[in-house]
Amino acid sequence: MLKEKYDVIVIGAGPAGLAAAIEAKKTGAQDVLVIERAQELGGILQQCIHNGFGLQIFKKDMPGPAYAQRFIDELAGLHIDTLLDAMALNVTSERHVYATSRTSGFLELDTRALVLAMGCRERTRAQIALPGTRPAGVYTAGTAQRFVNIEGFMPGKRFVILGSGDIGMIMARRLTFEGAKVERVLEIMPFLTGLTRNYVQCLLDYDIPLQLEHTVKRIIGNNRVEAIESVQIDSQRQPIPGTEETIPCDTLLLSVGLIPENELSRKAGVALDPVTAGPFVDEKMQTSVPGIFAAGNVVHVYDLVDWVTQAGLLCGRNAAEYAIAARKHHGRRVRMKAGDNVRYVVPHVLDKESLAESAQRLQMRVTLPIEEPVWVEVMNGEERVTRKTELYVRPGEMVNIDIPQSAYDAVQRASELSVRVVRR
Amino acid sequence: MAHEHRKFICITCPRGCALDVTLEGEIVVQMEGNSCKRGIDYVTGELKDPRRMVTTTVRVRGGVHPLAPVYTESPIPKPRIFDLLAVIRKVELKAPVKVGDVVIENALGTGINILASRNIPAKGEVS
Repeated sequence: MLKEKYDVIVIGAGPAGLAAAIEAKKTGAQDVLVIERAQELGGILQQCIHNGFGLQIFKKDMPGPAYAQRFIDELAGLHIDTLLDAMALNVTSERHVYATSRTSGFLELDTRALVLAMGCRERTRAQIALPGTRPAGVYTAGTAQRFVNIEGFMPGKRFVILGSGDIGMIMARRLTFEGAKVERVLEIMPFLTGLTRNYVQCLLDYDIPLQLEHTVKRIIGNNRVEAIESVQIDSQRQPIPGTEETIPCDTLLLSVGLIPENELSRKAGVALDPVTAGPFVDEKMQTSVPGIFAAGNVVHVYDLVDWVTQAGLLCGRNAAEYAIAARKHHGRRVRMKAGDNVRYVVPHVLDKESLAESAQRLQMRVTLPIEEPVWVEVMNGEERVTRKTELYVRPGEMVNIDIPQSAYDAVQRASELSVRVVRR
Repeated sequence: MAHEHRKFICITCPRGCALDVTLEGEIVVQMEGNSCKRGIDYVTGELKDPRRMVTTTVRVRGGVHPLAPVYTESPIPKPRIFDLLAVIRKVELKAPVKVGDVVIENALGTGINILASRNIPAKGEVS
């Protein structure tokens, strides 16, 4: 059963979100909720079945799912709410979260602190504007990884991979294990864009050729990819005429970079860095909007999950501390309401402790004129906190009243104060 | 005995040190470029008995997914990787699967077990 208000809501249950939720709860947040789009926790780690995870944090070489399982198990023991198969549709700068899921329907939730942990998306064919026909058989490397490792089918038999990112190289080995032929890995840059160890253990080990400063000139094929035409490029990234080569294949995988997924951050008014495409954050991983934090690949793209986990832990701890402070502060603040014949009161909210320092002035305008003596009264329900008299009130003339320090005790009892202007 | 110079890239950790190695037969007499002593173990291993961790999947019946990811408990000899994959391909598990379950014991007589790397709950079961 979900609550209406949480101390910390985390959007995304990948490594950053899991770590943030766990650490928020351990830091003392009372209620923590994780909202996840997929049907299970763990995020992209569930399809990263290769090893190499956990060397920094657990001093152990683990496959991705095993690394995720540690955090999933820990989360389960901490009474953290989860909402799976759910879409966070919108978040506001006031930390209202709108989400929907098949099991719970449309939800409006409030949270004292929000953690953005949506991760990133792969760059697609459209984003790199690959020329040629539009046949079936062009996939991002991560999509192919999900097909092969979780859903259990092969997207093709003969592959060319564009981009030497880690996912591309890891998929080259994986597809070779499953009986496919990887004809070539092409990289537009003059250097490898993934980890060197992956070049050794994924490409060299299986004699998969890598060509630097090469790219796909066009895709060939009508219904299905039949070949790609590769070309060498010069230092200005211009194709060198005469270096074209037709490489027969039935599938082209793209491993050409990741982009932080920040649609929700934008809706919340979070300022984004044009270089990282992620939120600006301070040392607490707090964004430009107070109470909204961010961690993991949504901030910038990491190469090791261990560092993502550490960012999540830091973020979760600070989000919990923010929520705890907000809750403590909440009881100390009282809303000022406009009562009879009052249009509004400024300030709208008063810190009860401020009366320990000095009297507090309230300013307001009346709704209608009263051309005879009136009481201006500050009320806590039926209890009068203070009052003063005015000979008349008019909407065009602002009304002031001071809450004296002697009213300190009366104000402490209030959860809401109202001001009214009534005839004497 | 003549000294031989060879280059390696250490794959022990994500740092991926480029190693310049001077060899006397299969003995490392000098190494440059390594950030820690595991570089020496790596090169010695590559010369005498190259091994790799292998990760792949096996079929699962009645699970929330049709596959379970599996891994070698420790690195296996590199020349045996495709033999191992052929053996693993024949395995079919029945859900539920738990992380750490032994999928194949003593694979290919190497003394190395093949383990499941995640939970696969049975369909309809609460994970």
